[in-house]
Order: sequence, then structure tokens, then C-alpha cells
Amino acid sequence: MSTHKITVTVNGQLRQAEVPARLLLVHFIRETLGLTGTHIGCDTTSCGACTVLLNGRAVKSCTVLAVQANGSEITTVEGLAQNGKLHPIQEGFHMEHGLQCGFCTPGMMLSAIALLKQNPYPTEDDIRWGLSGNLCRCTGYVNIVRAVQYAAEKLRIEN
Amino acid sequence: MAEINGLGKSMKRKEDARFIQGKGNYIEDIVLPGMIWLDIVRSPYAHARIVNIDTSKAAKIPGVLGFITGKDLEKYNLHWMPTLMSDRQMVLPTDTVKYQAQEVVGVLATDRYAAADGVAAVEIDYEPLPVVVDPFKALQPGAPKVREDKDSNHIWHWEAGDREATDRAIRQAATVVKQRIYIPRIHVASIETCGCVANWDPINKHLTMYMTTQAPHAIRTVIALVAGHVGLSEENIRVISPDIGGGFGGKVPVYPGYVIAIAASVLLGKPVKWIEDRSENLQADSFARDYHMDCELAADGEGRITALRIKTIADHGYTDAAANPSKYPAGLFSICTGSYDYRTAFTEVDAAYTNKPPGGIAYRCSFRVTEAVHAIERMVDILAHERGEDPADFRLKNFIKKEQFPYKSPLGWEFDSGDYHAALQKAMDMIGYRELRKEQAEKRARGELMGIGISSFTEVVGAGPSHQFDILGIKMFDSAEVRIHPTGKAIARFGTKSQGQGHETTYAQILAQELGIPAEHIKVEEGDTDTAPYGLGTYASRSTPTAGAAAAVAARRIREKARKIAAHLLESAEEDLVWEVDRFYVKGSPSRFKTIQDIALAAYTNPPPGVEAGLEATFYYDPPNMTFPFGSYICVVDIDRGTGQVHVRRFVAVDDCGTRINPMIVEGQIHGGLTMGFAPAFMEQIQYDENGNIYGGNFMDYLLPTAVETPRWETGKTVTPSPHHPIGAKGVGESATVGAPAAFVNAVVDALWHLGVRHIDIPITPDKVWQVLKAHGAAAEE
Ligand code: FES
Ligand code: FES
Repeated sequence: MSTHKITVTVNGQLRQAEVPARLLLVHFIRETLGLTGTHIGCDTTSCGACTVLLNGRAVKSCTVLAVQANGSEITTVEGLAQNGKLHPIQEGFHMEHGLQCGFCTPGMMLSAIALLKQNPYPTEDDIRWGLSGNLCRCTGYVNIVRAVQYAAEKLRIEN
Repeated sequence: MAEINGLGKSMKRKEDARFIQGKGNYIEDIVLPGMIWLDIVRSPYAHARIVNIDTSKAAKIPGVLGFITGKDLEKYNLHWMPTLMSDRQMVLPTDTVKYQAQEVVGVLATDRYAAADGVAAVEIDYEPLPVVVDPFKALQPGAPKVREDKDSNHIWHWEAGDREATDRAIRQAATVVKQRIYIPRIHVASIETCGCVANWDPINKHLTMYMTTQAPHAIRTVIALVAGHVGLSEENIRVISPDIGGGFGGKVPVYPGYVIAIAASVLLGKPVKWIEDRSENLQADSFARDYHMDCELAADGEGRITALRIKTIADHGYTDAAANPSKYPAGLFSICTGSYDYRTAFTEVDAAYTNKPPGGIAYRCSFRVTEAVHAIERMVDILAHERGEDPADFRLKNFIKKEQFPYKSPLGWEFDSGDYHAALQKAMDMIGYRELRKEQAEKRARGELMGIGISSFTEVVGAGPSHQFDILGIKMFDSAEVRIHPTGKAIARFGTKSQGQGHETTYAQILAQELGIPAEHIKVEEGDTDTAPYGLGTYASRSTPTAGAAAAVAARRIREKARKIAAHLLESAEEDLVWEVDRFYVKGSPSRFKTIQDIALAAYTNPPPGVEAGLEATFYYDPPNMTFPFGSYICVVDIDRGTGQVHVRRFVAVDDCGTRINPMIVEGQIHGGLTMGFAPAFMEQIQYDENGNIYGGNFMDYLLPTAVETPRWETGKTVTPSPHHPIGAKGVGESATVGAPAAFVNAVVDALWHLGVRHIDIPITPDKVWQVLKAHGAAAEE
């Protein structure tokens, strides 16, 4: 198995590693870097638990090879809070009870951030479609929608 | 001073902080030094004899360390294990495989990629054997036999009620409706799959088992019982259930993967990790439902229900690995008489073996309650329609009345409390029921298809009273251990295990209410058998009815001791003290008081003479009865005649779970439960072809609802406390999953009844609806 040297910026930090060609980005993040907030929920690119931001776009990291991420910037859930202050989407999930078991939550939040970047004034339908690549088995989505609305509002005020 | 946040407060959850920052500690996050990976070779056949297993190619793959087969386990008599239902299950097969995706060989390797390579390179020759997947065929004479060690494919017969009286009542009834109702196999599919890290310490003969389990203590005892003969002794087994990414019943059973991981760790003396893929999870873990029910409901000339008869064939797969209380092979199916007042019922269930994975666990429901509710709520609707009565009025006429509680049901339950009329009336008011009926009539006149469906369910949860309920002989109490620290803060430990329900918050609120210590200062721990008191775990909506009750009673015991200490501090007689919120004061002079914090400090610094120091209590709560949550749901659907697509326009859920500890969390449970009621009603099903090949074995084929399909839930409540629970709470985690499916089906059939449609089995897919429309000449023309 060939290995390749990759350099990525993860949550603002430069990280280098020698990785097998077939290593999935999600395994690189979880196992090589030890950032276990990014989860794995399926083997068919269906659940979105593994969602991270790759150069600002939401991707399912189980369906990207680590080598494909070479030279890029990655944001995971661990990179959302800044200087001990929660990101508005984290605050939204907490305040609106947008999580129960928490397993889908990191992926949901990163998809929501990507959505809000594209569309700062989403309707409820926009939010539901924007998150349709992420499965949650616990919440029934009602409070996830509210959490995203909370964050949208807060981000609009901040910007 | 922090807010106390007792009962009824929508306090934000204490557990959120770690989850929203990526610091949860789920099974896959656990990494131990020297840890190796287990992956599993699975059978492509549903029934076959294993002719030969060749691992020589796989052994050459870099990183592959070894293999475990059934023959290896047989040397230690660990190739079979008992199920909770007096049956047995293979850990790994020595001769034959019984379902597609059954575990055949464990492959051990340095990392997950090498383990997967090893799995792909193991070569196994099979000789296919005859397969039976249909339980009706399985029960016929001459059917292929699923189990060599059994006389036939018939597992057990169970019945409840008065057969003759029911036969008679049905013969004499003015109206009888009959319907075969099938509830297909479905899978809980929590977003986290199952897994474990088994860590055997050969020096101290100690096993630490990190695993995705809803019932860590029960698992510890099971491991000791199954593997005691090879040196695993209960004091040296520590089961740790870390953060769990959803359970819903799927993390109650003991799966072969866990046992193989333990065996591998013992053999190698190293920590062994096993994490299921989603496909393995869907294809091999326990399934729910799979009940074929022949239902009959009878009424007199005035439309009063007189009798119910249900005969069920239950498909259990190749072994009965359900996780029911021992005396209840068909779970609590006898709740099937529903929310209605009549005296005569009979129900029987026959269970069959088929070449499918073991089934019969719950899908977010208390032991077969969903099947029971689906049957009665469908039948009531069919009967109302058949008689030309409005389904809401028909229910209101037949409901058990609030003054009849406690109500003895014809199949032996004593319903603790209820006000069914109030719940349905509230749902009707919220949704505007009468106006909707008018709209429906207008639409029907124009040829448009609109339906309104009701489900007025009664659940039975909180297992359970020790004289009826046990698992492997262990009574189904649950426990709380509460310790107050000198600074007036507390830690509380429980035998249950949250999988997202928010126990760290709600248990703290119960204690806050009873003790006056702010909930934020009460730390709640579960899931470590070395520290938590024994309990049977979290499933079947039992945590609040059992452990929640234990918390309240333990707190009250602490308060009794606190009274002694306060009396000493205030130099007053105990009986002159009055408790209020967070303090004892002297009757008549409220300014002479000691707060719980004062008392806690004194318990360690200045205990009264003759009184033991410290302030703590442990309580094992044995519930006097089950609790009976109820509710009424109303659903409005519009059906597209061109595509068969059902659009859920509105869904109102009025739930009554007794006292609400944290309304925000209760609502969240209902939203999630409704979505897991919607899912099997419209999307989810696991099917097999005649050779036992699974359809629905991954997330491309087994469809979970996303935010787009999921309806926008509207919720309401009534509050009828349980009279026997210390805080009046009944449990709520599963009500909506139990109650919702019938409301959806009732709405769809209501839209189509005038066309001659009487029933559609779930899942109600557009294809199925379109076929029905076509068959009744009602599909839209091109
Ligand atoms: S793990 Fe499910 S989409 Fe990536
Ligand atoms: S919170 Fe459990 S899967 Fe979303």
C-alpha cells in the first residue's frame, strides 16, 4: 500500500502526516489526529454524522480520502468554539434542545454552518432541505430547525 | 444562589456541553494501549452447512494477527450462549449458519483496514440448505427445519383472556369486523451502531468491558453466568457503558460480536475493539415487530364494543432472542384491549423460527406494546367506519371513563389513572376536528382525497413489580444512590443508562425538588457497574417509573435524617419542624431555619449525638404497579391520486405522561418518538426474498426519515398523575412511537374508505397507495 505525505490545516493548526492512499478522511481526523468529535454512522454516505467543513464547504468525510484533503483547510466540531466562547450554532443546539444522544450533532452543526453561510435568511423549508443529508434518530428535527433559526438570528446580529 | 430547577422546569440539559463541543465519549472514541481490532466474516447464505474454512490467504495479510471460529470457542464451551428467553444463540457456528449475515469467523488485526482485508480474504465453502423465511410456511408440517436441536419450528404458544366467553360474545354481536394486520420487521438503527472494547487483564483476571449497552448491570451478570466456567467472576467484571448514541431497544441484547471480542481479549491478553458497520448493524442485530395479527372486534347494536379476539403469528428468526421479562414471551401484548370499556377479550400468539436474524426486541416501545396499540386502534377505526359512525365520537362513546380508574382491564392489567375523553377532546380542539370533517366532505365531492386519522392509545410501561417481572430471575426494580457532600452539593448514581434521554438533567431535577439542592449542583452518574447500584437499565420507558421513583424515595430518606440534624441544630423537637423547598424551619417561626446546605455541613462536622455521620441513602424501588401513559393523536393527510404520495398536512399529539419533570425534554422525547412512529408507517421495512436474502440491509435501502420527510409536529398535553408513583410521573420516551403509526394508517384509510379500501399494511409507500388507487379505479388518469 503506497503512503503519501499530506499537509492540512485543521481547526487553524497545521498538521502533517504520512498516510496510506486508501485512508478515509474521517479516519484520519478521528484516529490519526485523535479528534473524535466527528462520528461515523454508516457505510453508504447516507447519515452525515461525519460531516466536516473542507475549505468552507460541508463534506461527508467518510467519502473523501485523506490524500484528497491535502493542502486544504478543515473545520471539525472541536474548532467551533473560539477562546472558550461557543459558536452561535452550538449555543442554538443547547438553548433549543436540538440534541439528545448527541451522536448526529457535530455533523448537523457543521452542515448548518455551511447552509447559513450560503443563505443567512433561511426559511424553515430551506433549513430542512439544507440538513437533508444528515440523519437524526432522536429529535424529530423540530428543535434542530429551531436551533438553526436561533443561530441564523444570532449570526445576523453579530455580522 | 443557583436556581433549584425542580419539577416542571425546562432547565437546559447538563449533558449538552460535551456533546456540542465534540467531547462526548462514545464507544468508538475509546482507545487503549496495544488495542487490536476485531472484524467479522459473515455468511452470504440464509441456511447452509459450513464445509470448510480456509484462513491461510488471510493469515498472510500484513497486520492480520489471528482468527476465531466456532470450533475454537467450542473448546471452551462458548460457541453457544443462552438468550434472555430460555432459548440459545450461536456465538459462532460450528456446523451450520441460520441467517444471512450471521457471524462465522472473527478476524483480529492491528487496525481496522487490515482487519477488513483479512475478512475479505477468508475463504469458506458452504453447502446451501433449504430456507424458510415465511413463518406460516415454517409452521406447516414438512417445512424445512430451522433448528436441529428443536422438535419443530414452533417456539411457543402464549394466550391471555377467556377464549370461550370471547367466542360467544363475538358470535352474538351485532357487528363484527375482521382484519389481518401485518407489522413488518423494522430496525431501530440508532445513528451510533453497536460496539465494544473488551480488556482482559490476565494478571488480575479482571475484565473491563466498555460496550454500547442499555443495561450494564444485567450484562455483567450475564457475562458471569455465561463465562464463569472459564474464570470470569462477577467481582472481576466491570461493565462500562459510555455515552450512547441512541439505543431504542437495539442495545439491550448481547450480540455475538461482544462475546467474540471478550474471547479474543482473553486469548490474546490484549484489549480488543469491535465496531459494527451500519450494514452489519441492519443485517444482523436484533429486529423489532414482525407480527401477523388476525384481529376481530365486536360491537352491540348501539355501537358499544363488546369483545376483542386477536390471533398472532410471531416471526422470531432463528432463535428467540427477545429481551422481554421472563414470564412474558409475547411481551406486554395483552395491553391490546386499549382505551375502551368492555369485559371480554382473548388473544393468543404462536412464535415461529425462520431463517432470519433473531427478532423480537423493541423499537422504542415497551415489549410489544406498539403491535398491541396498532391492532386495537386500527380495529376501532374500522369498526367505527363500518357502522358509519364518526371515529372520534365512536371513541368518546367507548372510552373508559375517568371515574372508572383504577380500571381492571379484561386481560388483567390495572390501569392506574387516565382521562381519555379530555385528551381526545383537546386534540380535536387543537386541530379543529369538526371543521376538518366539513372540509373533507367538500373535497370528497370534488374527487380530492383527504383523510383524518385518530389514535387514542394506552401504554403499559415501567416494568416492573417484582412479583410479575424479572429478567433471568432478577427482579425488575431499579435503584438510586444519593450522597450529599459537606458543601451541600451531591452526587447520585443509578442502575439505568441514558442513551440521549437526558437523565443527567431530569434525575437531578427530581432530587432538586425533594432536597432543595439546585439541580446544577447534583452530579448524576450511570453506566459503570463498579460504582452505580445494581439496576436493570433503561428501556421500555422504565427509567422514570423505576429509577426516578428510587431517586425521590432516597431523597425523602435523606430528608428524614436531615430533620434529625436540623432538630439538633435548632434545638427543637423533630415534629416541630416544617420542610419548605430547601429548609426546615420551626413551626410558627419561619426565621428559625436551617437550609439543606447547613444541614449537610453539620452531617459531617457536627452530627447529633448518637446519629451516624454523613448524609446519604440508597434505595431499590420495586414499583407497586406499572404506569399507563396515554394520549390522543390526530393526523390529517392529503393523497395525490397521480403518484400515490401521502402528504401529512398536520399532526397533533396530545400526550399524558403524568407529572412532567422537564417539559422541554418531554417535548423532545415526543418529537423523536413521533418521527419513529412516522418512519415505519411510511418508509421503513426489512424484507427477505425466498432465499433469505435481505432487502434493506443498508441506509441506501432502509430509509430513515430526514428533516424533509418528517412532518411538523404539534404537541399538547393533559396531566393525570400516576397515583402510585412518588412524583406522579409515568414515563414518556416511547408513547409517540407506540401511538403514532395507527393515526397515520387511520388517516390514509379514512381518505380511501368511500372507495372500498378497508386496510393498508405499513409501510404505506407511494407505490402501495397507487396500486390500491388503481385497483379501486381511483388513480388519476394520465
Ligand atoms: S458516516 Fe454516514 S455519511 Fe459519512
Ligand atoms: S441526537 Fe441522537 S441522532 Fe441526533
